[in-house]
Amino acid sequence: MSALGLARLLLRRDLALAWRQRGQVLLAIAFFVLTASLFPFAIGPDPNLLARLAPGILWVAALFAMVLSMERTFQADFEDGSLEQMVLAGLPLPILSLTKALVHWLSSGLLVTLASPVVALTFSLPPQLYLTLLASLALGSLSLSLLGTIAAALTLGARRGALLVPLIILPLSVPVLILGVMAVQAEALALSATPHLLLMGAFFLLLLPVASFATPAALRQALD
Amino acid sequence: MHFLANPGRFVRIADRVLPWVSALAVVLVAVGLYAGLVIVPADYQQGDTVRIMYVHVPAAWMAMFVYASLAAAAASGLIWRHPLGFVIAQSAAPIGAAFTFLALVTGSLWGKPMWGTWWVWDGRLTSVLILFFLYLGLMALVEAFDDPKRGQKAAAVLALVGVVILPIIKFSVDWWATLHQPASIMRLDGQTTIHASQLWPVLVMALGFTAYYIAVLLVRVKQQVLASRLRSLQLAAADA
Repeated sequence: MSALGLARLLLRRDLALAWRQRGQVLLAIAFFVLTASLFPFAIGPDPNLLARLAPGILWVAALFAMVLSMERTFQADFEDGSLEQMVLAGLPLPILSLTKALVHWLSSGLLVTLASPVVALTFSLPPQLYLTLLASLALGSLSLSLLGTIAAALTLGARRGALLVPLIILPLSVPVLILGVMAVQAEALALSATPHLLLMGAFFLLLLPVASFATPAALRQALD
Repeated sequence: MHFLANPGRFVRIADRVLPWVSALAVVLVAVGLYAGLVIVPADYQQGDTVRIMYVHVPAAWMAMFVYASLAAAAASGLIWRHPLGFVIAQSAAPIGAAFTFLALVTGSLWGKPMWGTWWVWDGRLTSVLILFFLYLGLMALVEAFDDPKRGQKAAAVLALVGVVILPIIKFSVDWWATLHQPASIMRLDGQTTIHASQLWPVLVMALGFTAYYIAVLLVRVKQQVLASRLRSLQLAAADA
């Protein structure tokens, strides 16, 4: 079977797995909403202040919600040996890594993005910013999923992996965070969000080859 | 590089080089500090606080230089399977973290009298802080595996991914012009904007720090090589 055919099978299988464990996926969304809703308690309910801080708060909450599920990306397949079987079946590691990143994005980044307008509503974010917020979260979370697969592969079989993944991911995700928040803030100041969104796209394209080198290199060491 | 691939030979050469590099580090840092703290006149605006520069700038250079050499060693380990590549990368990380910390602390001490604040979330400061966390991540990742080889290889891959931070740090002062001043010494137009009387102590300090880095690195790599030899001897004794 061709590599792309195998990748399609893997995609279908992983999405089916995610669908059957939808409680776990929903847990990440609940975590996102909960983290964001802590801020009005912490900084007070002033609607103007909350509207100004909303992009940053939503972005940090989305980042945390995504980091939570990153560690599991390869874990189950590694432990029961199916990762090894996939490699033996002829699935090239770079394609496997990118497929896993796509599954992670579909089951966390995309859902967090779709849930964000509801939270933004409670922060009284001006309605004309919703589209930019959705675009910046969708684009940025793609990069985060790629970074997440690198970290997940690097920490495969490590002790305290749950603590290591955030330590690796959070410094590397700062550019995404800065650009994502700046895009929404630029729109709020009636400037154009396009340059920031373009830069986020460039960052994603830069990460594609980096992740398709680094994740396979890390997986190969884990499978040795 | 292949000449040094034999760990035993590396240890012998390191033993011979070490006293010279250590002495060089002591002399250069002593000269640089005396020049920077005593000989060079105080700045007409900043007064004596400008003397922080003679530690701050070389430490910040070293923070990046150590990372670059760490990544190069990691790459040589991954690509050519150079046996000492991973060991050098692993040994360099805490030294680089220390230089980064020194640059951050001296910068903060300099920022309080000059900018009126210990810290701002400016592009340069933030990107150097990220570099510091990157060093910590590398050190944690090396330690996280039962098999030391696996930890070294994982950290090597992360080190290569982290190389993107270096150009970001270098050009952060041009991309986000906030509080940190732009480059005065290594500028794209080749025009150094620092007076020669202030420049030479900085360069002497940078060379002294480099010699110090090499000396500490040699000690640490030697210790790692001896430790792994001890481990294999113990394993052999246990088998027998």
